[in-house]
Amino acid sequence: MKMLPFFVIIPLGTAFLISLLGKKIRNFSDILANLGTLSLFLLSMYSITLVNAHKIVVYKVGGWIPPIGICMVLDGLTSFMLVTVNLVSFLVTVYSISYMQRYTDKYRFYTLFMLMLAGMNGIIVTGDLFNLFVFLEIAAIASYALVAFGTEAEELEASFKYAVMGTVASSFILLAIALLYSYTSTLNMADISLVLSEKGRGIIITFVAVLFLAGFGLKAALVPFHAWLPDAHPSAPAPISAMLSGVFIKTLGVYALCRVFFNILGISSKISFILVILGVISMIAGAFLAIAQADIKRMFAYSSISQIGYIIFALGIGTPLALLGGLFHLFNHSIFKSLLFLNSGAIEYSTETRNLKRLGGLNSRLPVTGYTSLLGALSISGVPPFAGFFSKLIIIIAAVQAGYFISAGIAILVSILTLAYYLKFQTYAFFGKPNEAWLKVKEVPLTMRLSMIVLAIICVIAGILLIPVLQPFLKNAVSVLLLGCGYKDVVFGALK
Amino acid sequence: MSTYILCLILFCIGLYCVLRKRNIIKIIIGLGIIEYAINLFFVLVGYRTHGRAPILAKDQVITNMVDPLPQALVLTSIVIGLAVTALIVAIAIRLYEKYGTFDITKIRRLKG
Repeated sequence: MKMLPFFVIIPLGTAFLISLLGKKIRNFSDILANLGTLSLFLLSMYSITLVNAHKIVVYKVGGWIPPIGICMVLDGLTSFMLVTVNLVSFLVTVYSISYMQRYTDKYRFYTLFMLMLAGMNGIIVTGDLFNLFVFLEIAAIASYALVAFGTEAEELEASFKYAVMGTVASSFILLAIALLYSYTSTLNMADISLVLSEKGRGIIITFVAVLFLAGFGLKAALVPFHAWLPDAHPSAPAPISAMLSGVFIKTLGVYALCRVFFNILGISSKISFILVILGVISMIAGAFLAIAQADIKRMFAYSSISQIGYIIFALGIGTPLALLGGLFHLFNHSIFKSLLFLNSGAIEYSTETRNLKRLGGLNSRLPVTGYTSLLGALSISGVPPFAGFFSKLIIIIAAVQAGYFISAGIAILVSILTLAYYLKFQTYAFFGKPNEAWLKVKEVPLTMRLSMIVLAIICVIAGILLIPVLQPFLKNAVSVLLLGCGYKDVVFGALK
Repeated sequence: MSTYILCLILFCIGLYCVLRKRNIIKIIIGLGIIEYAINLFFVLVGYRTHGRAPILAKDQVITNMVDPLPQALVLTSIVIGLAVTALIVAIAIRLYEKYGTFDITKIRRLKG
């Protein structure tokens, strides 16, 4: 019960200590950051058992009773997202130990990293709308700085574009919160939902929904709002690309969108239809743009847009099966996309290039990178028996059941396109005759290999989340979304 | 009502500035205008005509008071805005060092 605030306190505290002492004591930042993310991961695993026992846990910050005070809520969706975020961030910090030797001022990197993590965990656990905005800004500001971490011309340019787009998105979200406050006179999520059900949904709520959709859509990089992502994600250092593509856009975009639309405003058929359309457009556009890329990380970034499209499409369908598929795909995508970005980082670490045309035959020189990236690529393209196959299959079956035949067909075609561009990546980078220039390259250091191997193993076995013993992990998250506006009753019930 | 509409117009001016201006410093000023428009709107939401500060003292009857919550929120939001502006200006200075121009149409090494 008392452990909920620690999801924010631990990363904030480590960020503070690292910025204070990181320069003075050698290896201090590495050890502290890894301990911090490890403890967060263990805490998030413990939260699963809490959710299984209590269904919902509400923590009152400072002892004030909501809606007067701020509350933190732990339910199925929260613990699902916490596990995803903290698992990836732990493996990414392990990877960064060796990788970040390329850069100076490693402790600054860890400081910003932990701040970003504090923001993301805060967004997930909070039960207050303005609090969500503040955490969102903490995570976003840290990520602008991290994208520009290399301070080369391209990185600064990408960071500037990203910061402008991100600030506009945050402004939309703040405006929506202001309008919602003026209508309901409260900021607590459950209380807003209660007031809306008593007072009725005025025309202003439609405007608020549009503002939220634009704001979170920009954060999630859905297709009309995607222009910043293919610049920002490849420019960041590889561990940060893995975090941004793997969990950042899902926390700030998809999770916040789910919480606001499903649990606070209540989802209507119009909103679901818009989500389906946005999802399908993102799927197609992301896949077609990815094929033409020669830069590895840029290809992966476009692929992220395409896969986020699948998740949003599944959320738009809104049947229990589709929600299960969507959340399962969210988990899988955060695993295999971070794996692939870490692989691209390993390639860059050994060969100093990301251009596919200059690579080739790396499999003999970088076997661990080669085979783990093959597993990741097969999983993301939906080849059985990997986890990606099951999540895509569930989404497509749910789409057919709900009567979205054309969209389901498009989803299958996009899946084939995905296979095509990942095979292109594999052929150009790893298969074939070794390129003369790369005969001398060495396999990457142990910590980098370790985190890639762990992620690859999770990629292969994540399908077991669907067997009945482990299913509550996903089922609890789906049931929160299915509750819809019943969320307020559950929260107020837990307070009594 | 007209004050709200003026806020919205201010917001749109800021948005226009971000979308249409070529100079990155002007874009940053546009972001500032957007932020101020929203802060102003948020404070106005809590305003009551002839309202007073909600401080409860002995033998005083308060009939009409302003809502203090938006003011507290706007303070937070101003601080966040300061952080974002400082970061973006720092990036803009570094960009000028690298490219030698503030023109956003000439800063395009990333494409595809």
